[in-house]
Amino acid sequence: MDIQYVAPRTLDEAVRAFAAAAGAGRILAGGTDLLVQMRNGVVAPGTIVDIKKIGELTSIEETKDGGFRVGAAVSGAVLREHAKLSKVWPGVVEATNLIGSTQVQGRATPGGNLCNGSPAGDSVPAMVAAGAIVTIQGPNGRREMPVEKVPKGPGRLNLEPGEIVVSFTLPPRGKGSSDAYLRMIPRTEMDIAVVGCGVSLTMDGGTCTAARVGLGAVAPTVLLVEEAAKALIGSKLDDAALAKAAAACSAACRPIDDKRGTIAYRTKVAGVLLKRTTLIAAERAGGK
Amino acid sequence: MAKLHVSTTINGEPQEFLCDADQSMLDVLRGPLGLTGAKEGCGTGDCGACTITLNGRIVCSCLMLAAEAEGQQIGTIEGMAGEELHPLQQKFLESAALQCGICTPGVLMAAKALLEKNPDPTEHEVRFWLAGNLCRCTGYDKIIRAVMDTAADMRAAR
Ligand SMILES: Cc1cc2nc3c(=O)[nH]c(=O)nc-3n(C[C@H](O)[C@H](O)[C@H](O)COP(=O)(O)OP(=O)(O)OC[C@H]3O[C@@H](n4cnc5c(N)ncnc54)[C@H](O)[C@@H]3O)c2cc1C
Ligand code: FES
Ligand code: FES
Repeated sequence: MDIQYVAPRTLDEAVRAFAAAAGAGRILAGGTDLLVQMRNGVVAPGTIVDIKKIGELTSIEETKDGGFRVGAAVSGAVLREHAKLSKVWPGVVEATNLIGSTQVQGRATPGGNLCNGSPAGDSVPAMVAAGAIVTIQGPNGRREMPVEKVPKGPGRLNLEPGEIVVSFTLPPRGKGSSDAYLRMIPRTEMDIAVVGCGVSLTMDGGTCTAARVGLGAVAPTVLLVEEAAKALIGSKLDDAALAKAAAACSAACRPIDDKRGTIAYRTKVAGVLLKRTTLIAAERAGGK
Repeated sequence: MAKLHVSTTINGEPQEFLCDADQSMLDVLRGPLGLTGAKEGCGTGDCGACTITLNGRIVCSCLMLAAEAEGQQIGTIEGMAGEELHPLQQKFLESAALQCGICTPGVLMAAKALLEKNPDPTEHEVRFWLAGNLCRCTGYDKIIRAVMDTAADMRAAR
């Protein structure tokens, strides 16, 4: 069959084209996963639907309540250049900016990172920690879901056929709030996370009053670790609270053994990263 | 297979070409357009030898569909020198910052984009910016030094 390329200007057209292509359709955002997979013969799309000509998918807007709506097809480079977003959500921006090289940054998108379905995607744990809500549009209209509900397993998503991820909505932030993301890789650049950890928290007079923790690369999907957040909330982020939260992260791990890291290593590093990431987020939030 | 017709701008000149829907920009540059400066080192985004600019941003042309060039501004290494070599090109020659030269077009494209954004980068910033440009010959030091030296020359000339 002839392979088609379409670059619709509206989301409705994109949804129609994607649905019409049925199983043979592929969304193209930055292409940094898709083109590699096409080249390796892992996927052979019948129709490629390029979503980068659609305004809603390629823009960053402040919402009325002071949050942000980030289009799914905004590149990492554009995210980083958004001064206000970088200030309010530094963890989300730094996580997205760990994806690949400068060249990859010019193209790679948070929507593609999520929809590729890798448990090691760097922006995903930060989005999970941030409490991002994903807007999805498909043949049956629009719906929203928390970002952590989107992945189903490696390469598999809880999306219906024909659905496209439109945007990530980041909530407004109160005083004393910030976030951070750290990953462990065997090299300093250009590698896949052995563990990734995103922490978002609020500090009030030295006490942590709200927290969310996202963990990547340690289970079939990125995890929201509520037990770790519970251990942080109400504490002064003292050693005992950090140790308890770290233990919760290690306990949540169901990792694989591979050349990048063994099960024991990943499980231990998950806890170590939780401590370090929490302290960075707290520092950004105005200190302990 | 029906070909797509694409109208784009390459190095400031209007350009039209026909391509397949799944053909990469790198293939079209090196094939029908005869612009063989961009190299294919890996074809999977890892080496940076295929670096071009898309609307001023560096990208791997092996990870871009040729069809995506429609209406966009493309820059390739062929557009880097004017009457004279670009200061980076001159410096790379003088300081032997290349050996086989396969990585060089990509490194130059990336380094030029860096200096346009940041005329006074630290060595750390240069190394991270160029982390997606692999070189099997030079050991990188000469490349990094040439970029730092060019940046200093260009600042002094301003
Ligand atoms: C050299 C290199 C280094 C890399 N390093 C990293 C790294 O350090 N960390 C990391 O996490 N990743 C890394 N990656 C992987 C990749 O760059 C990221 O996953 C990136 O975020 C993918 O985004 P994209 O826009 O390019 O996705 P695309 O390739 O365009 O899409 C990826 C998948 O998601 C689907 N899709 C995309 N957007 C949507 C949407 N809005 N709705 C529905 N489906 C959609 C596509 O159909 C495709 O299946 C690297 C890749 C390369 C080539
Ligand atoms: S050929 Fe494009 S990055 Fe190697
Ligand atoms: S000079 Fe040979 S790869 Fe860089």
